[in-house]
Amino acid sequence: MDQAVFIFEILFPALMQGLVVTLQLIACSAPFGLALGIGVAAGRQYGGRVISWLCRMYVFLVKGTPLLLLLFILYFGLPTIGITFTAFTASVIGFILCNGAYNAEYVRGALMSIKDGQMVAAQALGMTRAQAITSVVLPQALRRAIPGLSNEFIYLIKYSSLAYMLTVIELSGAGKLVATEYFLYTETFAAVGIVYLVLVTITTVAVHILEKRVAVPGMIRATTAAQM
Amino acid sequence: MDVLSILIDWFPYLLSGIGATLGLVLSALALGFALGLPMALGQVYGSRPVRSVIGVYVWFFRGLPILVLLFLFWFGIFPGLGLGHLPAFVVGVVVLGLRGAAYQSQIFRGAIQSVGEGQMVAARSLGMSRRTAIRSVVLPQAMRIALPGWSNEYPNMLTDSAICYAIGVVELLTITTRIVTLTYITMPIYLAAAGIYIILNYGGLKLLHGLEKRVEIPGFGAGTV
Amino acid sequence: MNNEYVLKVEDVHKSFGDKEVLRGVSFNVRRGETKVFIGPSGTGKSTLLRCINQLTIPDRGRVWLDGEEVTNSGARINYFRQKIGMVFQNFFLFDHLTALKNVELALLKVKGMGKAEAREKALTELRQVGMEEWADHYPAELSGGQAQRVSIARALAMDPDVILFDEPTSALDPELTREVLEVMKRLAREGMTMLVVTHEMGFACSVANEVLFMENGVVVEQGSPDLLLHDPRYTRMKDFIGRLDTFRGD
Repeated sequence: MDQAVFIFEILFPALMQGLVVTLQLIACSAPFGLALGIGVAAGRQYGGRVISWLCRMYVFLVKGTPLLLLLFILYFGLPTIGITFTAFTASVIGFILCNGAYNAEYVRGALMSIKDGQMVAAQALGMTRAQAITSVVLPQALRRAIPGLSNEFIYLIKYSSLAYMLTVIELSGAGKLVATEYFLYTETFAAVGIVYLVLVTITTVAVHILEKRVAVPGMIRATTAAQM
Repeated sequence: MDVLSILIDWFPYLLSGIGATLGLVLSALALGFALGLPMALGQVYGSRPVRSVIGVYVWFFRGLPILVLLFLFWFGIFPGLGLGHLPAFVVGVVVLGLRGAAYQSQIFRGAIQSVGEGQMVAARSLGMSRRTAIRSVVLPQAMRIALPGWSNEYPNMLTDSAICYAIGVVELLTITTRIVTLTYITMPIYLAAAGIYIILNYGGLKLLHGLEKRVEIPGFGAGTV
Repeated sequence: MNNEYVLKVEDVHKSFGDKEVLRGVSFNVRRGETKVFIGPSGTGKSTLLRCINQLTIPDRGRVWLDGEEVTNSGARINYFRQKIGMVFQNFFLFDHLTALKNVELALLKVKGMGKAEAREKALTELRQVGMEEWADHYPAELSGGQAQRVSIARALAMDPDVILFDEPTSALDPELTREVLEVMKRLAREGMTMLVVTHEMGFACSVANEVLFMENGVVVEQGSPDLLLHDPRYTRMKDFIGRLDTFRGD
């Protein structure tokens, strides 16, 4: 078959369809993964004994388990005890849990790097703990956590490919189907790879812009400080 | 049949997955180290073209999902090079190793760059060649600085190894799913597998922390002059 | 090329970007001499020392050690660096090694000495600077003065023909400065050839055979300390010292 025909009439449309699904997976997972990460980090840092322990356990368990196994448990395991999810839903839940756990670690590191004096000063002004956390500590911590969080977001883009193992036809799955049908493996997967590289590169650039936009004079990134 | 007795029957088979997984993980880590350290040296001390090539390599292997890399190599590159007869395990080690090298090179690079410039200056002033200075003064310090960050490569590699299931590598996850299919017992087996991964994970980290303590030097850390 | 001089420095120039830091410095050093370089900060004194052992490559100029040319010597520079010792303001001790190993390292790796021989020699040098008891301590465990003495031992161990001291006490508190200057004075008395960049006027005037006063990248006045201090024809250095004292409040 003519290469050009293959690329434009078969490969490209298939990959674009898969890309849409990938973007949907990411769009559904990222916001909740971020919120979960922030919540768990705050819970571990500021919560009471029980909450703090629960947060630690959650991160411990999820970080120690392969994401793929987690996905299998959600999609193949839970139905045996009565909880059934669609493949897409199970994937998203798995991604949120995984993304959340790693995000929690980055936010926690950032929270710990904020000087105690910030919290003390806020409370001295009459703020409740919750207000101090949300208005004073978190805004600073989140800026410091941007490198880590964006790193994790990029991982999310990449491990969204595992949804294929749960039969969701996202970008990688679409590629594999085309490749196996037409026996053009290297070319197809190379194309799939290029799409991911583009996604990742765009994200990296966007993050740099974001960092510049929200930067406050004098606040240095946690990584830069660590190197001093 | 009693779930518990089935579990006990199949447990040894499940455990055999540990050997395969650890073999996969340790081989890939070794390959990643063997390639990653020279790449880091190339990026710090090498010429412009060398740095560019390494940069592209790192960008490529860090930008692609592991699943795609595995498919690319297993279905495309290995057969294309006439190596299609090699077992999936080898492909798994190669892919995870090449990717690990990309990540490890950045860890080593950061560590080498954080060794104070004065160390190199002093070494050279004593008449050491660049090579000797790097080997005897910079690297011993850089490796210690890199250890905490490098320790993270182990859990990452361990959890990534499960993805090799997708190309049929016989490791823990593959064996787990086989047992599930054969016995129809799902959750207990999955949870047992998760438990094993967690133990391997934190057990390994404990060992690495022990290593960190062993090679510790009083007062030494990143950021010394 | 006569071997009367251990070190010959001829017309050294160096610019960093468009800032010309050294504008033609020349001098000769006899064996056993101690020459001290004095002058305002930023006049290229440290750069000059680094041009001698080629840690900084001069734009123009040549250097000879015992008749052999050091500049443009390619890979041979490592050989010359064994014979030119250097002590740095920030010591630059190897942080991952004990004091003893710091002194031993170059003996083992550069001079190819055997382990026992290197250890012997290292201990001897540490004894010379009074740091023998601290042989097994790491740099982080030493005070500034102790660390600097170890770094002097490290340079001495190579049996150099000349030692360059780049503001050796500038990073030290006054009390610690004294112990280092004592070691340096003894070395000078024992006949070591030394080039010292320093702000320590007392040291300069009591130990130096010749003082070279630098300003704006050139040597403006040179002569024995006595001459520069007391002869009415020489004013620049006296002015400089006067300003120094004002700032220091001595």
